[in-house]
Amino acid sequence: MKTPIGVKGRNNPYGDDKVIDACSIFGMMDQQGRSMAGRDVVEAMTNMNERTNGLGSGYAVYGLYPKHRDQYALHVMYDDRKALEWGSGFIDSEFKVIHDEEIPMDRSHCKADAPIMWRYFVDVNPDRLNGTGEEDFVVQRCFSINTSEKGAYVVSSGKDMGVFKGVGWPQEIADTFHLDEYRGYLWTAHGRFPTNTPGWWGGAHPFSLLDQSVVHNGEISSYGTNRRFLEMLGYQCTFQTDTEIFSLALDYLLRRRHLPVEVVANIFAPPLWKDIDAMPPQQRNLLRGLRMVYGGLLMNGPFSIIFARHGLMVGLTDRIKLRPLIAAKKKDVFFLASEESAIRCVQADLDRVWHPRGGEPVVASCGNIPASTNTVLVMSS
Amino acid sequence: MKSHLLPDYKVTIDRETCTVCRGCVIQCTFNVYSFNKEKNRIDIDANKCVDCQRCITFCPENSITVAPTPIQYKQNASWDRENIRNIVKQAEAGGILLTGMGCDKPDFTFFDRLLLNASQVTNPSIDPIREPMELRTYLGSKPSLVNLTSTGESWTDISLASPQLQVETPIIFSAMSFGSVNLNVQEALARTAVSSGTYFNVGEGGLNPRLNKYADHLVLQVASGRFGVHKKYLDAGAAIEIKIGQGAKPGIGGHLPGEKVTEEVSATRMIPKGTDAISPAPHHDIYSIEDLSQLISVIKEATDYSKPVIVKIAAVHNSAAIASGIVRAGADIIAIDGMRGSTGAAPQVIRDNVGIPIEMAIASVDSRLNQEGIRNRVSLIAGGGIRSSSDVVKAIALGADACYIATAALIAMGCTVCQKCYTGKCPWGITTMDPVISRRLNPDIAAKRVENLIRAWSLEIKEMLGGMGINSVESLRGNRHQLRGVGLTERELEILGIRMVGS
Repeated sequence: MKTPIGVKGRNNPYGDDKVIDACSIFGMMDQQGRSMAGRDVVEAMTNMNERTNGLGSGYAVYGLYPKHRDQYALHVMYDDRKALEWGSGFIDSEFKVIHDEEIPMDRSHCKADAPIMWRYFVDVNPDRLNGTGEEDFVVQRCFSINTSEKGAYVVSSGKDMGVFKGVGWPQEIADTFHLDEYRGYLWTAHGRFPTNTPGWWGGAHPFSLLDQSVVHNGEISSYGTNRRFLEMLGYQCTFQTDTEIFSLALDYLLRRRHLPVEVVANIFAPPLWKDIDAMPPQQRNLLRGLRMVYGGLLMNGPFSIIFARHGLMVGLTDRIKLRPLIAAKKKDVFFLASEESAIRCVQADLDRVWHPRGGEPVVASCGNIPASTNTVLVMSS
Repeated sequence: MKSHLLPDYKVTIDRETCTVCRGCVIQCTFNVYSFNKEKNRIDIDANKCVDCQRCITFCPENSITVAPTPIQYKQNASWDRENIRNIVKQAEAGGILLTGMGCDKPDFTFFDRLLLNASQVTNPSIDPIREPMELRTYLGSKPSLVNLTSTGESWTDISLASPQLQVETPIIFSAMSFGSVNLNVQEALARTAVSSGTYFNVGEGGLNPRLNKYADHLVLQVASGRFGVHKKYLDAGAAIEIKIGQGAKPGIGGHLPGEKVTEEVSATRMIPKGTDAISPAPHHDIYSIEDLSQLISVIKEATDYSKPVIVKIAAVHNSAAIASGIVRAGADIIAIDGMRGSTGAAPQVIRDNVGIPIEMAIASVDSRLNQEGIRNRVSLIAGGGIRSSSDVVKAIALGADACYIATAALIAMGCTVCQKCYTGKCPWGITTMDPVISRRLNPDIAAKRVENLIRAWSLEIKEMLGGMGINSVESLRGNRHQLRGVGLTERELEILGIRMVGS
């Protein structure tokens, strides 16, 4: 088998089946859409340093760029100046760039090989679409950049949101990117403990496509099956990691197929057949149908994930809960974390703390921001 | 003409322990033994022995030994025993050499060169004794997407356009027709299909009324001879299989000799008693892919789209392209039968030289259907050489949805793979139509033995899945990352879509 090239080689240098890592995850959302500083998020992550080894951390922030709310915010990572020149040229030729700038970084906190980070606020030129949907156009361009082998990687591409990530401890990455200067109503965060990669900036979480982002703790034993299913649908798995599987599956199910979050959760972590058999007929038919059609997207193996998009934060574990996830609420603020201690250290006095069951999604939506999929639906073939 | 054929086996009886009970004389249907009244001893004609081991199993004093004969032809790596014997047989009889069961050559098995993965540290293995472990599979065409519409109340109803077969374990009994095996065997398999939550394919010999009560768990065949096919037949089963080819004899038809067409076979097959039942090599209404498409449509129309249509093909060189066409022709399930697949009777030259191993076929078909974005439109059943639960797991990891087994089920009943099915003399009462010898196969006991086998394999599959950290068989399908190859060339690994061990 050929040595992996391009992004694969960077993220998975030994060409293993997939990147394997354990992690800490954290999410925090103000359900009234009020803006919050990132200080608490960083503190909570630092509290879980035990779960990471300093080889990768990252943050996704929503409500980040109110001034450019209507533009796609492309966060792009470059290996060097030459890549920057190429990437900027490519983006300039494909999009209408409203504004672009280097993402401010304090490099004294980060490891030696920190890349150049640039952000672009862009509109899509309708003339370029040729019948493609606007979002599909953006997704395709992101894939073009990621597979170009020019040393340029799109880290996030949604509107009014962005991902900051790299190699380092959670605190180091926060300091590197001056996270104390950003505000958002929804934050998710991740700390890595990779076992088969020395750590690469692009390999840190969150993984994001348009405004959807995922942080993931776990290892997907069904990776081969999931990957084949997605490839059949035309997706390219460029990062060779199981987290990317979540990212692409979410893009397919949520954005392209418009399935509600609860349905997606039932695809990733469906009930057992014996439980489905015991359900009332309507529900039984629905869940049986979902498992039949989307069995290739059952995420088998230990995982807990937090996925987010505008107006929505969802926590989910595998169906027998082999990785931890705690949910908590304090007034309008909704927390999800790998450990209760992480939540308690930023908010000791909680209204409610609970342990979601395996496979049971915890859905936090935001009153002020319309989530695109929170309707209750009927399924037909 | 004096036969030049040397015996294959040496048969000995320990005269010290033999009580001359004459059990062996009764058990052997090939007349190896005879009672010598004068000498009060059993005489042996080793030339007739087929090494079925029936006599050994039933000798109360364990006095019998059957071993390969020490008599050798002159050593020659090219003109080996088999080549010489075949020529001698043909020189004496002038016909095509027949054989039974699957190809017995050593070089076509890839399963033994595939190794499975297990979880260590970074993900936990799952203990199937303590945690749920799911083997249920639905076979049939799946839509590429489900549309949801809002009612504002609750999620309701999903109606899949295509009917599905629900199997509780991914093991199905492959086609064994009434004629190739007797009714006791068929009934035992049908009962096991019911009790194990799976299906039994009754083959192309029609449906005997004795099996009617198991019809919900039967797959009925429409093969080139169209024996016993009528409206009620099509309506009876759970699925209908159009048999195009068989792994043991790709490209040729079938021939049930008139001697085996008894009263009962005649009624079931709807042919006159004592006449040869000829299944032509091709279906004479399928000379191209669009003809197949029409037959699929006709069957679906006739059965009101209520049951899946399986198309069974032998694994051949361009299986991938053929399978792609079959999907587009409207099949719900494709069964692929590898070259090690078994048969009741086939020309030996065909069995041992035509077709390709199932591992390569299933890997290339699954890959092709994936590349074309149509894998969801069809389920794949892999058959032909599945010998163990690990073969099942490996076949599914290579891309199958489920496996067909036949020989393994017959071995569970008593078959010793002596390869003489075509003679009609099966001493174990499996492939014989002789009403007396058939009684040796008690359907109650046979069903229990096969049920035990399915249970044991299912438990083993669960252990292997749990080791991989997977708790549902659908997460194994096409999961080639769980496989590694040993002793395979780069090109073989590439076709199988797997990596070398250690990489």
